[in-house]
Amino acid sequence: MNLLSILFASIFVNNIILSLFLGCCPFLGVSSRIMSARGMGFAVVFVMVMASAITWVVYHAILVPLGFRYLYTLSFILVIAALVQLVEMVLKKVNPPLYKALGIFLPLITTNCAVLGIAVINMNRNYGFLESVTNAFGASLGFFLALYLMAGIRERLDLSETMPAFMRGLPIALVTASLMALAFMGFVGIM
Amino acid sequence: MGELISRLRNGLFRENPTFAQVLGLCPTLAVTTSAVNGLGMGFATTAVLVGSNVVISVLRRIIPDQIRIPAFIVVIAGFVTIVQFLMAAYAPELDRALGIFIPLIVVNCIILGRAEAFASKNGVLSSLFDGIGMGIGFTGALVLIGSIRELLGSGSLFGIRVMPSGYDPLLIMIMPPGGFLTLGFLLGGVNWYRRWALMRSREGLVEAGAEARRLEAQTCCERCEVCSVLRPEDDGR
Repeated sequence: MNLLSILFASIFVNNIILSLFLGCCPFLGVSSRIMSARGMGFAVVFVMVMASAITWVVYHAILVPLGFRYLYTLSFILVIAALVQLVEMVLKKVNPPLYKALGIFLPLITTNCAVLGIAVINMNRNYGFLESVTNAFGASLGFFLALYLMAGIRERLDLSETMPAFMRGLPIALVTASLMALAFMGFVGIM
Repeated sequence: MGELISRLRNGLFRENPTFAQVLGLCPTLAVTTSAVNGLGMGFATTAVLVGSNVVISVLRRIIPDQIRIPAFIVVIAGFVTIVQFLMAAYAPELDRALGIFIPLIVVNCIILGRAEAFASKNGVLSSLFDGIGMGIGFTGALVLIGSIRELLGSGSLFGIRVMPSGYDPLLIMIMPPGGFLTLGFLLGGVNWYRRWALMRSREGLVEAGAEARRLEAQTCCERCEVCSVLRPEDDGR
């Protein structure tokens, strides 16, 4: 499969949130304002691409040759947690403005199932290095897209005066996500 | 015994992981295409939760505070690997149906949240009961959502056909949009019930206003104990 179709499939057809259900907590938790959605989106793109590259190397250069394949859950999550800490420290030192923008979202990403999920999906599909990174890049762009669209919709929903009180907040956000998922199902026809 | 019942009640109703704390949404939405899948995922999560709660509670005085989160993650990942192998060996069909969401139990914020909020501060026995209570609360929520989606989406319940033969299944309910829709309306129902219960009590009118404002600002991230995104002053990160 060529890289372009992997990229397209992971952004739209198999959108990481709306069709694979990975990363739902930040999707609903950080989508009430566009500004924070943008920061979270960039942070996820950054971490997911790096984490996929490193977990690919760890799996194919350490776990497979040593016969420790069954330890992938443990080693992937540790690699991701360490990577996030490292990125946080490097950013703080090298680029304080970027750290200010992304910093508070970084700890959240450690427990974000999207990052670990994409690493496991890459492993299950036997992707090569370039394919893994492309898949991670596409998936994180898909995450960014869904998060950004959702934040835009929720900022406008807040202005509604007729919505019943018990549906405000999370319930209506989930119903909105359902309609977005319905729209994204349309992309399946393109592939 | 009283402790067990109070922890069970806490996990099932007052602090239900899905409906009150709104944690661990990814498996809740992804695997609930049928009641059986919900039950299997609930049991797998309960096993990990009980095991990690007990071990972390035993080790709570040994684990240094600065590296507690990585230490918790290692314990949890160990139990997840065990559950993964047990399921692959004894329930291969369920293993295939749940797929990637079994290794992802390791990042389920319910488990890390309970380790951080309860097991690292309480004794072994209470942590054990807390794990059982929370696990049953999560399992119950998954089975409820799975039953609704299976009933409407394929007209059956636990694989047994219950709808009359003329019923045309709403396929959309077992596809991704149905998951979001079901949970959205269930959470709306929970909010509605809470407001109604508050309004009914005589002095509840003032509280109902505060509750409404709290619900409006409610996000699942806010209720999670693990990271510091919405409470940056809490720890030094």
